[in-house]
Amino acid sequence: MKGIFKNPLRRWFWLFLGPVTAAFAIGFVWPFFQGIYLSFCKFKLVRNAKFIGLGNYTAALKDPTFMHAFWYTALFALTSLLLINILGFAAAYVLTQGVKGSNLYRTVFFMPNLIGGIVLGYIWSMIFDGILSRYGTSILMETKYGFWGLIILMCWQQIGYMMIIYIAGLQSVPEDMLEAAKIDGATRWQTLFRVTIPNVMPSITICTFLSLTNGFKLFDQNLALTGGLPFIIQPDGSNIKTTEMLALNIYNTFYNSNSASKGVAQAKAVLFFILVAGIGLAQLAYTRKREVQQ
Amino acid sequence: MKKIIALALTLVMVFALAAAGGTAYAAEGGSVYWLNFKPELDEAAQGLAKLYTEKTGVPVKVVTAASGTYSQTLTSEMDKSSAPTLFIIGNQAGVKEWGEFAMDLTDTPIANELSTDAYNLYDEDGRLVSIGYCYECYGIIVNPDLIEAAGHSMDELVNFEGLKAVAEDIHARAGELGFDAFSSSDMDGSSSWRFTGHMANLEYFYEERDAGGWTECPAELSGAYMENFKNLYDLCINNSLTDPKDLATGGHDAENEFKTGKAAFFVNGSWEYAAVSEAVPNATMIPYYCGVEGEEKAGLNCGTENCWAINDMASDADKAATMDFMVWLVSDPEAAAVMVEQLGVLPYKNVPESQNGFLAAAAAYTEDGCYVMDWATNYQPNVDDYRAALVSALNAYNADQSEANWEQVKTAFVDGWAVQYQAANG
Repeated sequence: MKGIFKNPLRRWFWLFLGPVTAAFAIGFVWPFFQGIYLSFCKFKLVRNAKFIGLGNYTAALKDPTFMHAFWYTALFALTSLLLINILGFAAAYVLTQGVKGSNLYRTVFFMPNLIGGIVLGYIWSMIFDGILSRYGTSILMETKYGFWGLIILMCWQQIGYMMIIYIAGLQSVPEDMLEAAKIDGATRWQTLFRVTIPNVMPSITICTFLSLTNGFKLFDQNLALTGGLPFIIQPDGSNIKTTEMLALNIYNTFYNSNSASKGVAQAKAVLFFILVAGIGLAQLAYTRKREVQQ
Repeated sequence: MKKIIALALTLVMVFALAAAGGTAYAAEGGSVYWLNFKPELDEAAQGLAKLYTEKTGVPVKVVTAASGTYSQTLTSEMDKSSAPTLFIIGNQAGVKEWGEFAMDLTDTPIANELSTDAYNLYDEDGRLVSIGYCYECYGIIVNPDLIEAAGHSMDELVNFEGLKAVAEDIHARAGELGFDAFSSSDMDGSSSWRFTGHMANLEYFYEERDAGGWTECPAELSGAYMENFKNLYDLCINNSLTDPKDLATGGHDAENEFKTGKAAFFVNGSWEYAAVSEAVPNATMIPYYCGVEGEEKAGLNCGTENCWAINDMASDADKAATMDFMVWLVSDPEAAAVMVEQLGVLPYKNVPESQNGFLAAAAAYTEDGCYVMDWATNYQPNVDDYRAALVSALNAYNADQSEANWEQVKTAFVDGWAVQYQAANG
């Protein structure tokens, strides 16, 4: 007992931990649990929420726009995951081969990551429409333009970031392993796939995790680039927002003027959390197994 | 060294906590928090708030929601312990959504200042939940100088045939004249409401008139006047500075096109008067002529979405302070002058007369015995979603004006109404 109080830092630990714990509790833990509670409620304002049970979840799962958004988001996340990581790794690989001016390239490739999503969305919508208007169309006119437009935007923004992580990974591949491979007569491809990639698996784990969860959580860029347009107007007058991703779908549901919609949006948000957390953890477990000990 | 660091960190934290806990609260006398809806009013509203505080000592806070985000801002602000005391309930959907949080304004001092009941909103129980503080009109803004320069006269613009003849003639000779008929009708968020919200009103209005007036949102539309909407919409997009194919993304400054004399017509409302009249002092406004029988007697679309409500959850002191502030805004000579200058006509007894030329045009039509086209558009169910679908359908139609694409517009317009009605009320 005496030992604990001998060290002044130990005696005061609560003073240092306290504010952080309080901030974490106020800013994260409490809203998180309140959010889960609200997903079982009908509410307009948080303070007058009324418990209604599982109704919101049933409504959320029955909503065809939510299902559409889910599949669209999944397709987007998968495509962007592959492209961002392949291109990011390729850029990192090239820039660790001693190319002249590689520091400059690294900086330039990283820079798009510093621009906010909304701004980026508007800038790219101008770029795309500058090109598409020559053909009498717009990114808002075709689902496939909206999809690939968003993929291009995300690649442009994220490749540089992933590249930095891959560069760090590539630089830590032991020189002696590479040299041994060379002496044993391995080709460049063999060295890449048998030596380099297994050694950068930790980077691949983190990069695939980031790009997969980023893909699922994407909101700003989606809102600013297409906002869900174009819609398919169904014969009965309802519509499907063809380029609306999950986060935007939740947002749109929340601000629907139906008195029940806020609870439904909250239920969707909880489902969304479970989905993103589940996929993220599954992917981590999968890629971790492939990491090698150096 | 460690001790010094520990001490420094402790001090930082103490100050941080003190700063967080030290928020000043208003005096016992009550305060006003006005969540303003019109970005263009923000500067004047901040000035009025300051002036009021100087004169009376009552703190007034004005926050303006960014354009198009009022319901989002209101939703989050209403949940706070210091919620707005004065907010906007602009239409029937708003009454449904926020009416229960609004104080009944019947026979209150502000209600007694009103000169008309026409712009007030009541809930199902007959409670006066929000009260109009200004009204506006929209239609087609015209530059008479350009009409004459093209060899036409304003007297031709009395019905759709006349408007069509003039617009098509100007468009056909645009190269030679140096100006075109209509300014661009962009479909991006900053402009599409002029069509999906305002021009659409002509369809709703005539349906409403046939039904003998609406008192609540109808569950469905008949679409009986879709052809008339198409008449005017087609005229507008096909006789304009911009190729209809380029409207989806926007980026054309319609106001500037009109101000710089590049276009003779500009679809918009009375709030544009201050901006437009500097460059085009003769600018006036004509009704949405669309080929309806008897439309020679049509007037402008008059109404408002600018209606004040007092938050019933606020303390009595805050409610009283808010009431005093509202009355001051529409009765104090200095404040009322600013309000009129910014907002046009205020439906209150003790306010100066407006200099707004478009509202004067609206009054002139009414004096000539023309019917006012009221804002039936305020009934649009689930308005954001409804309009977004309409924009999507109009985008497709603008790019390719085929029958099939027009059918989509009709579906979004008519069937979309019923679907959104169900979504909002079901």
